Amino acid sequence: MNDIVLDVRNLRVEFPTRRGVLTAVDDISLQIRRGEILGVVGESGAGKSMTGMSILGLLEPPGRIAAGSIHLSGDRIDNLDDRAMQSVRGRRIGAIFQDPLTSLNPLFRIGDQLTETILLHTRLTKAQARERAMDLMREVGIPAVEERIDNYPHQFSGGMRQRIVIALALCAEPELIVADEPTTALDVSIQAQITALLKRLCRERGTAVMLVTHDMGVIAETADRVAVMYAGRLAEVGRVDDVVRRPQHPYTAGLMGSIPSLRKDVAELRMIPGSMPRLDAIPAGCAFNPRCTHSGPRCHQEIPRIGVEQSGAACWLQTQGDVA
Amino acid sequence: MSIRSNAILEVDALERRFDVSAPWLNRMIERKPRRTLRAVDGVDFVIQRGQTLALVGESGCGKSTIAKLVTGLHPPSGGNIRFHGDRDRLQMIFQDPFASLNPRWRVGRIIAEPLRTLRPDTPMDQVSARVDELLRIVGLVATDGSKFPHEFSGGQRQRISIARALAGDPEFLVCDEPTSALDVSVQAQVLNLMKKLQKDMGLTYLFISHDLSVVRHMADVIAVMYLGRIVEIQPTADLFSNPLHPYTRLLLETIPDLEVPNRDRNPMGGEVPSPVSPPSGCSFHPRCPLAFERCKHERPQRRADVHNRRVACFAAGQS
Ligand SMILES: Nc1ncnc2c1ncn2[C@@H]1O[C@H](COP(=O)(O)OP(=O)(O)OP(=O)(O)O)[C@@H](O)[C@H]1O
Ligand SMILES: Nc1ncnc2c1ncn2[C@@H]1O[C@H](COP(=O)(O)OP(=O)(O)O)[C@@H](O)[C@H]1O
Ligand code: SF4
Ligand code: SF4
Ligand SMILES: [Mg+2]
Ligand SMILES: [Mg+2]
Repeated sequence: MNDIVLDVRNLRVEFPTRRGVLTAVDDISLQIRRGEILGVVGESGAGKSMTGMSILGLLEPPGRIAAGSIHLSGDRIDNLDDRAMQSVRGRRIGAIFQDPLTSLNPLFRIGDQLTETILLHTRLTKAQARERAMDLMREVGIPAVEERIDNYPHQFSGGMRQRIVIALALCAEPELIVADEPTTALDVSIQAQITALLKRLCRERGTAVMLVTHDMGVIAETADRVAVMYAGRLAEVGRVDDVVRRPQHPYTAGLMGSIPSLRKDVAELRMIPGSMPRLDAIPAGCAFNPRCTHSGPRCHQEIPRIGVEQSGAACWLQTQGDVA
Repeated sequence: MSIRSNAILEVDALERRFDVSAPWLNRMIERKPRRTLRAVDGVDFVIQRGQTLALVGESGCGKSTIAKLVTGLHPPSGGNIRFHGDRDRLQMIFQDPFASLNPRWRVGRIIAEPLRTLRPDTPMDQVSARVDELLRIVGLVATDGSKFPHEFSGGQRQRISIARALAGDPEFLVCDEPTSALDVSVQAQVLNLMKKLQKDMGLTYLFISHDLSVVRHMADVIAVMYLGRIVEIQPTADLFSNPLHPYTRLLLETIPDLEVPNRDRNPMGGEVPSPVSPPSGCSFHPRCPLAFERCKHERPQRRADVHNRRVACFAAGQS
């Protein structure tokens, strides 16, 4: 039994610009199984959204997939034409973005938007679809559904809108959900409601989820495995507990140390000196080498990669045990 | 009162209302009454010289409004603010390091601006020496002064904002979400810098954030806000070891904890109600697991007897 829903191999995303070709995503390989939540974490500009957009087939030109492949339950989807991809997006992949208003039409009632989407992807009658829309609204935790179904998006709070977007993403019972910073714009108490909802629904339905966020806390609470990105590349992939407690990559370790604790007093937070390089100035070898206290000669020449087993750290200290 | 003896800022029964009525004509046609939003609704706290008091709470609870009242950008609608310091030495750092720097000015000019307005007769060579020094203090280099803001990253821009705030030789800084727009590794750089500056220069901070772990790291005293009010205020260690208000407790149970991730949380239900029509009595009662009849009718009163150690809740030992 092969239960791999998403299989991304050696993905590379490029942006041709006047000053040369920028590589926003460089040799990323990821797999997500049925019912699994993979967190993708990294600082802004690390390439998280570009990875997500490639999977959704929503890269804005001139951005393009320059190498690699994306398979959904065995079907290759990165080379489909726009029409075919649009259908895959509605039926087989659901999308949730940071701003729920990008997914909702302000001019249409919530209920009509849900019903439309359900009619598009199922063989239900209009009345059945409306029933199903109400069920979905209840399932994502909208109170007083009968009263709210004919509201417009602006009549909902940010948290309720995001619940509706989740309902929309679930309409066609997709195999995969790509959620890009789904809770970043929300308050902490609402954030917890939304992640709990996502987790429950995916567990119950066996949906695979790619959860993109810059927030390590959200990942620790929600994801099964995590992929840490840095400067367009994978720095580390592993089970969440392992990566949070025993980070292998010097960047991940620095990242974890820089987060203030809710329990421990520290006089000074750990700092990673400098900042992530811009796409036009990525250093040779390991992209982290100018900021790394362990770097050796090899780090300046060869790009470290994560092994074939697709977990561990892309670091010469780990893979070959030597930076020299 | 002894606790007030070293106070630099005293805020008493502070209120700020905003008129959020529909335009006059609409009100006439639709027969709608005037509507008032109580953004800050009876807030008291005291900040001791050299300390950090943090305001923490969810979006819209009134944190930025307090910052604007303290810095004088808004006049209060009630209550008072007593600042026992030099008004010229009160500066502010904003959340958005992109919007708060003039994009057409070179960084050197941006940093020198408070100096020029406060002490216009400072000789040019002294101004530029001071700018160089400030750049160095915040971890940049003198040549950065001739660059424009867009040439810097978010964290570097926030350092520039800090350098600008320091130019006026401040004693009191109001920092409204100074690191919320930054990545965590950059946030660590800025927070460490702010702590170091506080120690070196004896600065006092009013520090605003929605992030409890950041606030825990930075503050001596924490005030938790909900719908325009302080529901609980305690010294930092006490707030975390013994949170008293049901809202604080729920917040602490809700926020992700990297050290002890909890996969099966029971998140706090409901949402923050509209501040235009807040619930009666204790405004937290619709979401409160401990609410009882009295909470619906009566508002837990502020008690002004013990400063910076208070909880506004009938069930938490206050009458
Ligand atoms: N100029 C204004 N006119 C009308 N309402 C206002 C004005 N400024 C603030 N408010 C309202 O006052 C309340 C408190 O706003 P404030 O900006 O202080 O919140 P905050 O705690 O800083 O929130 P955030 O975390 O989102 O920054 C909100 O309901 C807001 O909509
Ligand atoms: N249209 C574009 N042209 C050039 N570079 C782009 C474009 N869109 C995104 N990028 C760059 O791609 C990189 C990755 O972006 P993104 O995936 O959005 O990062 P994040 O991890 O914050 O989601 C960034 O350096 C970004 O500036
Ligand atoms: S490969 Fe070298 S530079 Fe890169 S993280 Fe590992 S030790 Fe540091
Ligand atoms: S006063 Fe009542 S409703 Fe308010 S927090 Fe206390 S117990 Fe809850
Ligand atoms: Mg992004
Ligand atoms: Mg604010």
